[in-house]
Amino acid sequence: MSDELKTPLLDELEKGPWPSFVSDLKQMAPKKRMVRDLLGQLEKSYRDKRGYWKHGGLVGVMGYGGGVIGRYSALPEEFPGVSHFHTIRVNQPSGWFYTAKALNELMDIWDAHGSGLLNMHGSTGDLVFLGTVTDELEPTFRELTAKDWDLGGSGSDMRTPSCCVGPARCQNACYDTLALTYDLTHKYQDELHRPMFNYKFKIKMSGCPNDCTAAIARSDLGIIGIWKDDIQVDQAAFAEYLDSGMNVQEYVVEKCPTKCISIEGKEIKIDNSDCVKCMHCINMLPKALRVGKERGAAIVLGGKAPIVEGALFGSMMIPFMKMDDFEELHDLIERIWEFWDEHGKNRERIGECVERVGLAAFIEGIGLEPIPQMVTQPRDNPYIFYEEYYEEE
Amino acid sequence: MSVTTERRTDIGPPHYEQFLHPIIKKNYGAWKYHEILKPGVLVHVAESGDSIYTVRAASPRLISTEFVRKITALAEKYCDGYLRFTSRNNIEFLLSNKDNIDPLIEELSKFTLVGGTGRGISNVVHTQGWVHCHSSATDASGLVKVVMDELADYFTSMKLPHKVRLAVACCLNMCGAVHASDIAILGVHRTPPRIDHETLPNLCEIPTTVASCPNNAIRPTSIEGKSTVKVDEDKCMYCGNCYTVCPSMPLADPLNDGVSIWVGGKISNARTEPMFTKLAVPYLPNNPPRWPEVTEAVKKIVEIYAKDARPFERVGEWINRIGWARFFEKTGIEFTKYHLDDFRHAGTTFKRSVQNRY
Repeated sequence: MSDELKTPLLDELEKGPWPSFVSDLKQMAPKKRMVRDLLGQLEKSYRDKRGYWKHGGLVGVMGYGGGVIGRYSALPEEFPGVSHFHTIRVNQPSGWFYTAKALNELMDIWDAHGSGLLNMHGSTGDLVFLGTVTDELEPTFRELTAKDWDLGGSGSDMRTPSCCVGPARCQNACYDTLALTYDLTHKYQDELHRPMFNYKFKIKMSGCPNDCTAAIARSDLGIIGIWKDDIQVDQAAFAEYLDSGMNVQEYVVEKCPTKCISIEGKEIKIDNSDCVKCMHCINMLPKALRVGKERGAAIVLGGKAPIVEGALFGSMMIPFMKMDDFEELHDLIERIWEFWDEHGKNRERIGECVERVGLAAFIEGIGLEPIPQMVTQPRDNPYIFYEEYYEEE
Repeated sequence: MSVTTERRTDIGPPHYEQFLHPIIKKNYGAWKYHEILKPGVLVHVAESGDSIYTVRAASPRLISTEFVRKITALAEKYCDGYLRFTSRNNIEFLLSNKDNIDPLIEELSKFTLVGGTGRGISNVVHTQGWVHCHSSATDASGLVKVVMDELADYFTSMKLPHKVRLAVACCLNMCGAVHASDIAILGVHRTPPRIDHETLPNLCEIPTTVASCPNNAIRPTSIEGKSTVKVDEDKCMYCGNCYTVCPSMPLADPLNDGVSIWVGGKISNARTEPMFTKLAVPYLPNNPPRWPEVTEAVKKIVEIYAKDARPFERVGEWINRIGWARFFEKTGIEFTKYHLDDFRHAGTTFKRSVQNRY
């Protein structure tokens, strides 16, 4: 094999306006054998139309069962630089906020111990270091923890919780998503680092029903900010929107899902008793409308991608929970885990478990009362398992 | 290099507060409103009257330490060192000084694009693909690159009826959770796993492997006295779940692996409830390095949506208004037997009325 790296197919991905990962990787290749061989193997994948990675292996840092994903090339002789190419998931700070100094320190660690390639960020939220060898895992971990960083989750554990920008930079935040993410991540370190669940358990925090972290679709437990009282209105600012020529009637009033908005003169009237907190009018008129003052979160459970039994969105468990402290939520989470531990099957996500045992049995098991907010409609079949009946005396 | 004598574990991530810009720290929880000043540039105004400016730029997500050092240098130069990332892999530079916006954009434009705000196409949520995954049916970073090359103009502008969220996942595991995006690209296998009966008895636990199949297509068997499994190929839908628990059942098949396209999902509750994506194109070939069939199909869907949807209608809302029959008619995408669901809740997708557009 010639020393010169030739990647005619990948070179095609250096063209065009979107930033090219190939150009970035090629800059790193002369400095890192790993990157050079990664490009070599990827070029081969592009030619042969298939991946060349072996099924993951069990590797990790001492005392943890998660946070590291073993990865080995199927072609170690041809590409020795990637014969081991393990992933380290570094638990991101709440809201993905960084300083240049902190990021540079992380990059120093990764340049010294790994391929120098990473994802900002993985789908669950971690900062993902891509590609190192088994012998570098423990030294990398030691340097990370010395700088106050720790690993995230992987496998059948609580996965790294993540959140939206929240009250740090958003007027819609109905609770402190960053504080809750920090709280849950720290409170459940054991569940995060030592897989002992039936399967993965993802938690996502979104500050409002716009759900910027996709909590309803991408987390087993979604905590989505919501308010109970009236939308706050600044009528002067509303009049300015009207005066600006914006078609408020068509773009706001007529788009309201419950038709609870009207315009009277230059004032907006909202029948808040009918408002379902969809966010559309607030998104459209951010200067005039704001979420209410009585704020908390709705709790949805069971969201997941298709594997195994089909994709699910989270379903409503608790329409409103105060988020001034997180004790009620801790209690709920622990009851859910306990039920799942007792009734769940291997590789069965909580959403699938609830569908199998039935929502009624599940909520009874975790101590919630049935409420109409949990369903889109009551059952439309008569196959009811009655548990109460009279007997002749 | 710092020296620690004690091995630290279970310390969790550092507290976020130390990474917050002073203006953010001061106005935490007290923001009043925000505006998009131009594509990729936001201003958030606090109750106190303070403003923080955000410049949003694209990142390929798969990046090098060099790339990170480039952006941290810009953050040092223009943002007092403060930056963050979004849930869609964008970089956000946080500025207190409005005058720094344009010089920052000028420097960013040398290696990336500024945009991703409002009624356009933001960055793509995606997976690892051939770069790092054992079960991928296609590459992810490459697909993102070629699709966004075609659609870059929608990233840097805000001229669509509403925001369009794209996602790429390289197999049905959907680490990129493409099941709720406006337009999703999903790598698919089309042939059953090829069982390596030599290695299976040593590498796989047979009851776990049998139990992994959602369609009960896997049965225990023995070959020459050795315990292994067999697959009822008529029942296999190529989900790859068995391969996740048993390395001796790989699905990769260069001749048949490819890409499917899904449309009409959304996460947000705005106007309509969250929706799953639905199948638009069952199969397109893997044609690296630039997947012309895929970019053409995605671009076509975006362009017809751009022309046909009403203001503030997401792709799924637009399709629900015009009906699926008209979606297929307008896009010219062929409707096939593969569009008819035959999994768990298939019946819920059958039309049970005579309401149709003629």
